[in-house]
Amino acid sequence: MYSFDIQRPTTVADAVAALATDEALPLGGGQTLIPTLKQRLSAPSVLVSLSGIAEMKGVCTGDDGALCIGGGTTHATVAREAASSYPALASLAGHIGDPAVRNRGTIGGSVANNDPSACYPAAVLASGATVVTNTRSIAADDYFQGMFATALNEGEIITEVRFPVPEKAAYMKFEQPASRFALVGVFVAKYAEGVRVAVTGASEDGVFRWTEAEAALSSNFSADAVPAAPSGDGMISDLHGSGAYRAHLVAVMTKRAVAAAG
Amino acid sequence: MTKVTMTVNGKTVSGEVKGNTLLTEFLREDLRLTGTHVGCDTSQCGACVVHVNGEAVKSCTMFAAEADGAEVTTIEGMANADGSLNVIQQAFQDYHGLQCGFCTPGMVMSAAALLKENPKPTEAEVRDHLEGNICRCTGYHNIVRAIMAASGQDVPAVAAE
Repeated sequence: MYSFDIQRPTTVADAVAALATDEALPLGGGQTLIPTLKQRLSAPSVLVSLSGIAEMKGVCTGDDGALCIGGGTTHATVAREAASSYPALASLAGHIGDPAVRNRGTIGGSVANNDPSACYPAAVLASGATVVTNTRSIAADDYFQGMFATALNEGEIITEVRFPVPEKAAYMKFEQPASRFALVGVFVAKYAEGVRVAVTGASEDGVFRWTEAEAALSSNFSADAVPAAPSGDGMISDLHGSGAYRAHLVAVMTKRAVAAAG
Repeated sequence: MTKVTMTVNGKTVSGEVKGNTLLTEFLREDLRLTGTHVGCDTSQCGACVVHVNGEAVKSCTMFAAEADGAEVTTIEGMANADGSLNVIQQAFQDYHGLQCGFCTPGMVMSAAALLKENPKPTEAEVRDHLEGNICRCTGYHNIVRAIMAASGQDVPAVAAE
């Protein structure tokens, strides 16, 4: 790793102030950023650890019934505390990485990084969640802007993610067996207004909504209604699977998710 | 340099660390607690698992400065008060839950975290919980048997499918 200073603010305001420094980077749980720093792919002058900010941790239900998760909440905490209110989301959180990683990794860190194979972006997009930062609220449809790209500005911190709770939902992922990242993961959420289907791991543009499946499932919520697999064009192709294979998995995982949602 | 103070295995310790000092470096190089191993240094293998405020974490993927004020337990803190092996450690010995022993500290720390949350896990739950702990000798079966024994349950007699 290159040299850097580390700061541990205890309030969002202090973290924002610390991030105003040139070349400062926020540090969530570090389960992606620390390996990146070790590979010298990132060279911050200051690392602002968000793990000491109590106001950014926890799971609660808002006045509008939405599930509100603090940006600094670990996957393990979401798996435990969202289990009764939003089981599909809790199950997703409980299957990220491994137990030790889940005790450190945070929802804010995952959503800010927007890895094209991460699980959380699928839940955020399929739930039509709202990403709340220290300055504004961003709708999920506007937030994700391609692989590792988001609407966040420099120094902007995700303080909370608000999930409208669906009538039915499930997340199914086909794991890359070594990394446990999603080779393809599909989150299906059924709301009174319609069904949303978000796919991670597959597209070169990062997480996306499979609108064809949404339309079909909104009129008939059953695995048989899932359309034929989308085209493999623009799908990630690597040693773990071709674009066509991933496209095939999109339909398979969607069917399994609909079946699991009931 | 940043001053950090934490409780490690019940003792209060302080030290000066750089921003990029990993918790595992602080434990091994400053405190000389070399029972915590570094296998891959990429958060895959789990040989470096310790408990921070009661939760299992990979100490190669956390900065020492982030553990300021925390309660840390390493493998050196796992023995009984009289120095004898605790129930998990003893089970690893009884069931030959190690070959070269390199992964053992992390396996024991992960097992302890599992049994605290789930005192009577099924064999499948044990295997699932160890997904972030790699044994380079591939000696998983006896590790699973040891953890089942430590939980006071019947030990599976046959090899995993």
